[in-house]
Amino acid sequence: MMSYIVQRLLLMIPTFIGITLLSFLIINLLPGDPAALRAGGGLGAAGSEGLSTEGQSTVDAAIKAWQTQYGLDKPLYVQYAYWLRNLFTLEFGESFKDNQPVWHKIAERLPVTMQLNAISIVVIYLVAIPLGIYSATHPYSAGDQLTTFLAFMLFALPSFWIGILAIVFLCGGDFWDWFPPGSLQSIDYSPNWPLWQRWLDRAWHLCLPVMILSYNAFAGLSRFMRSSMLEHLQQEFVQTARAKGLAERVVIYKHVLRNSLIPIVTIMAAIIPGLISGSVIIETIFSIPGLGLLAYEAVLARDYPIIMAVFTISALLTLVSILISDLLLTVVDPRITFSGRMA
Amino acid sequence: MDTSPSYARRVWRHFKRNHLAVLGLWVSIGLLLVALGADFLANDKPYYLVYQGKTFFPILHHYLDRLGIAPWPEALRQADFTQLKAERAIFPPIPYRPSRINLLVPFAEPSREHWLGTDKLGRDVMAGIIHGARISLSIGFIAVGIALSIGLTLGAISGYFGGWVDLLISRLFEMMLSIPTLFLIIAIAATLAPNIFYTMGIIGLTSWVGIARFTRNEFLKVRNLDYVISAVALGVPAKRIVMRHILPNALAPVIVSVVLGIAAAILTESSLSFLGIGVPADLVTWGSILNEARSNTFAWWLAVFPGAAIFLAVIAYYLVGEGLRDALDPRLQ
Repeated sequence: MMSYIVQRLLLMIPTFIGITLLSFLIINLLPGDPAALRAGGGLGAAGSEGLSTEGQSTVDAAIKAWQTQYGLDKPLYVQYAYWLRNLFTLEFGESFKDNQPVWHKIAERLPVTMQLNAISIVVIYLVAIPLGIYSATHPYSAGDQLTTFLAFMLFALPSFWIGILAIVFLCGGDFWDWFPPGSLQSIDYSPNWPLWQRWLDRAWHLCLPVMILSYNAFAGLSRFMRSSMLEHLQQEFVQTARAKGLAERVVIYKHVLRNSLIPIVTIMAAIIPGLISGSVIIETIFSIPGLGLLAYEAVLARDYPIIMAVFTISALLTLVSILISDLLLTVVDPRITFSGRMA
Repeated sequence: MDTSPSYARRVWRHFKRNHLAVLGLWVSIGLLLVALGADFLANDKPYYLVYQGKTFFPILHHYLDRLGIAPWPEALRQADFTQLKAERAIFPPIPYRPSRINLLVPFAEPSREHWLGTDKLGRDVMAGIIHGARISLSIGFIAVGIALSIGLTLGAISGYFGGWVDLLISRLFEMMLSIPTLFLIIAIAATLAPNIFYTMGIIGLTSWVGIARFTRNEFLKVRNLDYVISAVALGVPAKRIVMRHILPNALAPVIVSVVLGIAAAILTESSLSFLGIGVPADLVTWGSILNEARSNTFAWWLAVFPGAAIFLAVIAYYLVGEGLRDALDPRLQ
């Protein structure tokens, strides 16, 4: 097991270098000199328009100084080495907007996004697995066809549309007032509230965002669960189990379900990048102060250090979660030992 | 699996039996026609105009003017045709351009004047949705075209040559799969000027992995079949074997991911323009109308209709894609 983890970590290195190289190239090869952009407060050339000659020369001097400070006058490969070094020391530079260290901003926002995504994953599996079991144990019944149809519709519904519809119709406004229109806590929130009240307040605020972030994935996953169950139901060990007189409940939940869960766990690796991307949209719609909203605000302000840091961190989070979902496989399926299984 | 006409006919017969897929096909054809004919459905120029005794066909004339064939007469060059004292004029069913601002009617509710209401600048939402189909579909098609050419090339190279080439390219696939694509697109789009051509390019450059992996797997399956081995033995050059013998056979499953890819690209484009990224601020798209509903939650029509258009386009291509997947699956025939 240990050796497998080490192998996987080693295999992650080229992927990791690829991702960082990509983000590095985006900063450096696309138009816009980071130092000049910084001088303009992120707004590029627009920032220096209308300056006097004297003002312009001050700006030029500042740009020069930044270029030296961040090594921007060195050749590209040296710059990349600097960038990697900074990454390992979590030194992402300072925000163009307010000169705050990028890492502080991210450390503040990361837990929110991770909480949102973690709850969504739990919801996805809690909804998808029972739905899949129901569909597979009643194949081609009216109930199965209805869930298949609904899952297909849900899968095609754009989550930003549902999010906006929820804001317009359910969150105050001119229609119903069932949910808060955004942010993570009520206006009268106080840290002195008893624990249950703080939790309840948080849960009430996360209700819509979690539902909207997760419905796409649970719709897809429930179909996946259905076909996985159906596949295993046709196998001979099921016949044997039934033949030796086991109750149908035991056959389904003890024999078939265990085996059907294997592909469901691996698919987590595919769900997580989608969730992380989706949180940009959900956090923006519901003004949830997470990584996604930070990225969105950074894009509007052309705040490159933040954009690149968020991009790198979300890619790393994805890599780690892929690894975790592979490791979880050994928990679900003891046959999988991974020794000698190399891609 | 062969692609002779009889095979295509077999697939079509199978596809036709799936009523939802056929419905999806009709809807996607309908959307395509709306996109192509947007100027004739929603326009503030009339089809037919009699002005000062002369007859004009302003919508057609506009195309000719753009091409430099027949410039406008002086009197009509800057004319607002809706205000013109014309003897006769026949307007399209929606007599507005999507960008036509009318500050007298901001946030008009859906009515006979404005079927789907207006936005904060008094722009007609129906006209915006009709012309938005053009933007969404063209981004969908071109982005997928780019993705298809990258995906086919990399997939073919990786699957045909195998070995270390495959190992290397597979790492690239893995890398692209573990990047949250929307973040990547946002990061790139943020550094470029907002422009729909860049958006097409970015979406295309980031969405080829599915197609590439499909192609690779098909190539791996086919490359050791007897007919390929005999072609190699006959000394046919690799390029010709790939283009002529393997690619046509690998294409069928790729078609499904192309159709589903169009839906995904439309979805990505509208979420980008919903976030206000990648398209110029004055361009009306499905996503940009939806975006206005965020800050004006009373204007429910700004939330309901453009989103419904996105949903309709996406589900139509999904249905066609799913239908094709079933029709192409030899196990189901």
